[in-house]
Amino acid sequence: MDKLNIGQHISRQFNEELENVRSQVLRMGGIVEEQLGHAVQALVEGDVALAREVVANDYRVNALEVAIDEECTRIVARRQPAASDLRLVMAVIKTITDLERIGDEAKRVGRMVAEELNGTMNEEVRQEIEHMGGLVSDMLRQVLDAFARTDVETALRVVQIDNKVDAKYGSITRQLMTYMAEDPRSIPLILNILWAARAIERMGDRCQNIAEYIFYLVHGRDIRHTSVDDALAKVAPAAPHQADESSD
Amino acid sequence: MTEQDQLEFTTAAQVAGDPAGQESTKPADPDAASGTVPTAVTVKDLNLYYGDVQALKDIQLEIPSKQVTAFIGPSGCGKSTLLRCFNRMNDLVDGCRIEGEIILEGRNIQKKKLDVAELRRQVGMVFQKPNPFPKSIYENVAYGLRIQGINRRRVLDETVEWALKGAALWEEVSHRLNEPAFGLSGGQQQRLVIARAIAVQPKVILLDEPCSALDPISTLKVEELINELKRDYTIIIVTHNMQQAARVSDRTAFMYLGELIEYGDTDQVFTNPRIKRTEDYITGRYG
Repeated sequence: MDKLNIGQHISRQFNEELENVRSQVLRMGGIVEEQLGHAVQALVEGDVALAREVVANDYRVNALEVAIDEECTRIVARRQPAASDLRLVMAVIKTITDLERIGDEAKRVGRMVAEELNGTMNEEVRQEIEHMGGLVSDMLRQVLDAFARTDVETALRVVQIDNKVDAKYGSITRQLMTYMAEDPRSIPLILNILWAARAIERMGDRCQNIAEYIFYLVHGRDIRHTSVDDALAKVAPAAPHQADESSD
Repeated sequence: MTEQDQLEFTTAAQVAGDPAGQESTKPADPDAASGTVPTAVTVKDLNLYYGDVQALKDIQLEIPSKQVTAFIGPSGCGKSTLLRCFNRMNDLVDGCRIEGEIILEGRNIQKKKLDVAELRRQVGMVFQKPNPFPKSIYENVAYGLRIQGINRRRVLDETVEWALKGAALWEEVSHRLNEPAFGLSGGQQQRLVIARAIAVQPKVILLDEPCSALDPISTLKVEELINELKRDYTIIIVTHNMQQAARVSDRTAFMYLGELIEYGDTDQVFTNPRIKRTEDYITGRYG
């Protein structure tokens, strides 16, 4: 990966600390990815055992969040990182918060399937939810990949997938509303499904946040609350390290 | 009128009378109102040679008024040499040759005719090691006034008190002004030297690694003082301590092998430097 040249510090220990934090984030991301996949699978298949497993495994995500947070605090205190190192540490601190929240949403879906899903959803809704879950899983996989390779293009693609997820969520909501209108007895079940769909949609938003941190990490520009086009326009005139590429 | 006469000369009464009123005597800066900071010192096409060796290469720089500008870079990069240009300290170095212009208050201070003593009154300097004179605390601060021929006791008393307060030292030494300056701690001596520099009301204060011989607490006191002083003075500081540059400065210039590599707002330089060599230096990477 080493676009950030993490391994080039004069202090080898600092290299190791940053490398360690980075790989811990990817490890945490891997667990969250699994939790998300299992939660969606448990939801669409009504698999209570799998749902319970998701709930039980959430502690692993939380423990990693705490450990990485502590390590980042240690690095700030001991190394006073600057420039790209500082941006890496800041991006990591924010990324793990969003990863932990994705884990929480997965747990929430898991708990709902295990305890409250009173009935089976019809095939049409099931497919829609499965599709949306697939999109969000894709977002998470790609954003972790983008983090591992500090790849801004992939990160921006993730932001674009989120638009599809939002559209899908809107269509699922409308669909579920018609069912509720048709058959009021289905309302408790449908509310639960709606809730789960909402949780999945929120996970997509979290992935988008992480994509934005990657952009910040690489370009030093904050693109939160702006469109992808604006983001690209921001870096076009002054991409970092361009000026002296020739002199190196 | 000779060039020397055109130097803005502060009268003794102004020096002693109302130092705090210094600002009010100046016309309001039109640039300040519009939000842009006026320039205190402009460096144009500056080249400096020690014999055959070129120590500064084509430096272009605008130093903002009443802000802190830090020069950082590895040893031998020319940052101290550049700093010394601002009060012609390099005149003292044999075989030193300078091309280009340094403009302070509208005058090129490189001109041979310039009254260097007067320039150094306008551009004070503080060095790495505190260098109080072997005199009392009082006489150290009063020294600059005495060589200007100011000897009236009341004027001196007021100025010494004002300068020591300005250098955040008054509380610690007010009861022992007549004791030798060497009795002070290193950090106090450094603040005394700063008091001596500001007693003659310079425009610019040059600090050449002012804290490298001080302990962390004294360092913080001097940094706090720098922050206070920038209300009235333009400050240029050379430091090896990058955290210090990040803490105290508004603008940071990174130099390498006699060249000015990057110059920008300190926030930008320390979070998102534009040039890779700057990034490598401030993050401690192999260049």
